[in-house]
Amino acid sequence: MMKFIHKTASPPYFYRLSGLWIPWLGAITLLLLIAGLYGGLIAAPTDYQQGESYRIIYIHVPAAWMSLFIYMAMAAAGAIGLIWRIKLAETVAVCSAPIGAGFTLLALVTGSLWGKPMWGAWWVWDARLTAELLLLFLYLGVMSLYVAIPDKRVASRAVALLALVGMVNIPIIHYSVEWWNTLHQGPTVTKFDKPSIDMRMLLPLLIMAVAFKIYYVWALFLRVRVELLERERNTQWVKELLHQSKEA
Amino acid sequence: MKEFFYMGGYGFYVWSSYAVAALILIANIILPIYQRKSMLNKLTKQLERAEQLK
Repeated sequence: MMKFIHKTASPPYFYRLSGLWIPWLGAITLLLLIAGLYGGLIAAPTDYQQGESYRIIYIHVPAAWMSLFIYMAMAAAGAIGLIWRIKLAETVAVCSAPIGAGFTLLALVTGSLWGKPMWGAWWVWDARLTAELLLLFLYLGVMSLYVAIPDKRVASRAVALLALVGMVNIPIIHYSVEWWNTLHQGPTVTKFDKPSIDMRMLLPLLIMAVAFKIYYVWALFLRVRVELLERERNTQWVKELLHQSKEA
Repeated sequence: MKEFFYMGGYGFYVWSSYAVAALILIANIILPIYQRKSMLNKLTKQLERAEQLK
């Protein structure tokens, strides 16, 4: 098992493997997005309370889920990098930050665009919104900390520590709508009893969520390849790769 | 068709949301593709220079 991990996680092997995967990840993402958008924008019925404005849910909720999911993935990869010093794990942690920041920003902006017609305000200092804004700052903190330290391996360790400390924010965001009386509506999907949402509305939401997950892997692989090239620029495999691309 | 874009009066909010989503999602794909190309170019030039010095 450890042998398999070390082989797959070796930069030249992963660089080659991810190059093969990227077109497929892109194709699957696009197909799922088309299905999800069709289901959400055309097939799903109008909400009896919120009218057509609820259709923002198909971006907002998957984006918010991704903002938490990517943060946990980043912290987990960071921890693996800290403990076993696996270079690929360090790279995955660092490359997750901008993608997670993108989803967090998207969740905030779409939340604002949904809040204005429904609550009458672009922004309120509500528990969930504030915690999500803090998450954006955590991502930005990780990104700037990494850029600020010249030694990439030292920087990776610092980033992993920051990401792990920031983990306290994750349960706060998740349970904020239950712990505090907030303006933000309670969960509709992740309840233990039956979700209080129509199947024709729920299905596109789940498709969009899967689409965003695969999109994350796609965008992550693209970023990891750049980062690996830069970190490994003095190694033999990168030099061979450069010679090959010159001849081609 | 017109109704579809009107979104029961919420067109601006709904379509702005989808536009911002498209912008962020596309940027996170295009950017690394461009960065990898320029990184390969940069490293190739560095390698050539190093080999000339030998």
